[in-house]
Amino acid sequence: MSVPLTLLGLLEREPSHGYDLKRDYDTYFGRGKQLPFGQVYATLGRLARDGKVAGGEAEPGEGPDRKRYSITDAGRVEVDAWLADPVEPEPHLQTILFAKVTLALMLGKPAAAYLDRQRAAHIRRMQELTEVRRNGALVDALLADHALFHLEADLRWIDLTSARLAELAAVVTPERTPKQ
Amino acid sequence: MSSAVVTRAHLVEARDVVKSFGQTTALRGASVAARPGEILAVMGPSGSGKSTLLHCMAGIFTPDRGEVWFDGQRLDALDEAERTRLRRTDFGFVFQFGQLVPELTAADNVALPLLLNRTRRRIAYKTADTWLDRLGIPDKAANRTGELSGGEAQRVAVARALALAPKVIFADEPTGSLDSLTGEKVMDLLTGLAREAGTTVVLVTHDARVAAYADRVVMVRDGLVSGDLGVIGEQVSAAKAVK
Repeated sequence: MSVPLTLLGLLEREPSHGYDLKRDYDTYFGRGKQLPFGQVYATLGRLARDGKVAGGEAEPGEGPDRKRYSITDAGRVEVDAWLADPVEPEPHLQTILFAKVTLALMLGKPAAAYLDRQRAAHIRRMQELTEVRRNGALVDALLADHALFHLEADLRWIDLTSARLAELAAVVTPERTPKQ
Repeated sequence: MSSAVVTRAHLVEARDVVKSFGQTTALRGASVAARPGEILAVMGPSGSGKSTLLHCMAGIFTPDRGEVWFDGQRLDALDEAERTRLRRTDFGFVFQFGQLVPELTAADNVALPLLLNRTRRRIAYKTADTWLDRLGIPDKAANRTGELSGGEAQRVAVARALALAPKVIFADEPTGSLDSLTGEKVMDLLTGLAREAGTTVVLVTHDARVAAYADRVVMVRDGLVSGDLGVIGEQVSAAKAVK
């Protein structure tokens, strides 16, 4: 998640105070991890320095956040380009799980049992996320869906790898595996 | 612990079930049990034996060896007439295809099992209307099920299963023919309403997203139940391998 671009995107809706930006960021994108105020102001400062936002005059009152920020044309161009750019599909070819399975086979350890435990962990997480889908607000449900689809893809990989462990063992431990 | 005690803790239980079809052995000593009110998912790849296990637990197939217990009695030892009676009164079924009569209306399909159980016609149709309403399709009561969408038809099937107020619902790939959004809606309704009613559900699926609706998930591989994968609440070991 790019915090600067997300804040910039929120600013494109309407000029806002740092406090409002933080509140909206936490509501829609934080998912349990709040954005520190310090990071909000530091980010806004950098965006202002780079000409992507403009800070208005400080308004009278208590507290640090008395400036209303607005997006500049340069900022709008940046948000448009970011939104239009597809997210890297991230094929995860070197996952931790792949490394564990391969190492387990190399070391003669029970790779199948490791995969079973991983499958159980995935299923338990999917059960938790399904509860979120059932009982949560739409935003939470859609985020849970995203995670569920990824976990489902992992599970397919786990099933496929479980079925092909002997083949993988032959590749990664050629000295141990008798030739066919 | 006596077997009777175990069986009462578990509403439905398969013990060391072996089942072959000709030269093909589908189950090689599968054991699994569901507690009253539990939603149990049985996962497994195609050909693993999971559907055969469900059919044995529902008394549709008779095991070659092993035992099936339901509510304190040996289901596999009952004669066909007794098993048929149980299937009509205590079991509900939701399958991927085919359990509805396409020429009959949604209300007819839901009322039919009640009428077969000699429920009075007016009450049967009132019950059908109530369940079609709870499944969100009250406006489809007069439609022939053959004319409904896949999702609507599966809702009718769920209504029909629940309308009997069964002790257990056996569901075999209940969302297999549906797109993912429709399938998830059907699973929401099936598991949500079953939980409300305290009905046990034994659910067979190859789909982890569907299995994740269950309280407990077990895996069938090569005709054996290989263990609990996900458990919400008290863990009950269902794993049992045979030599």
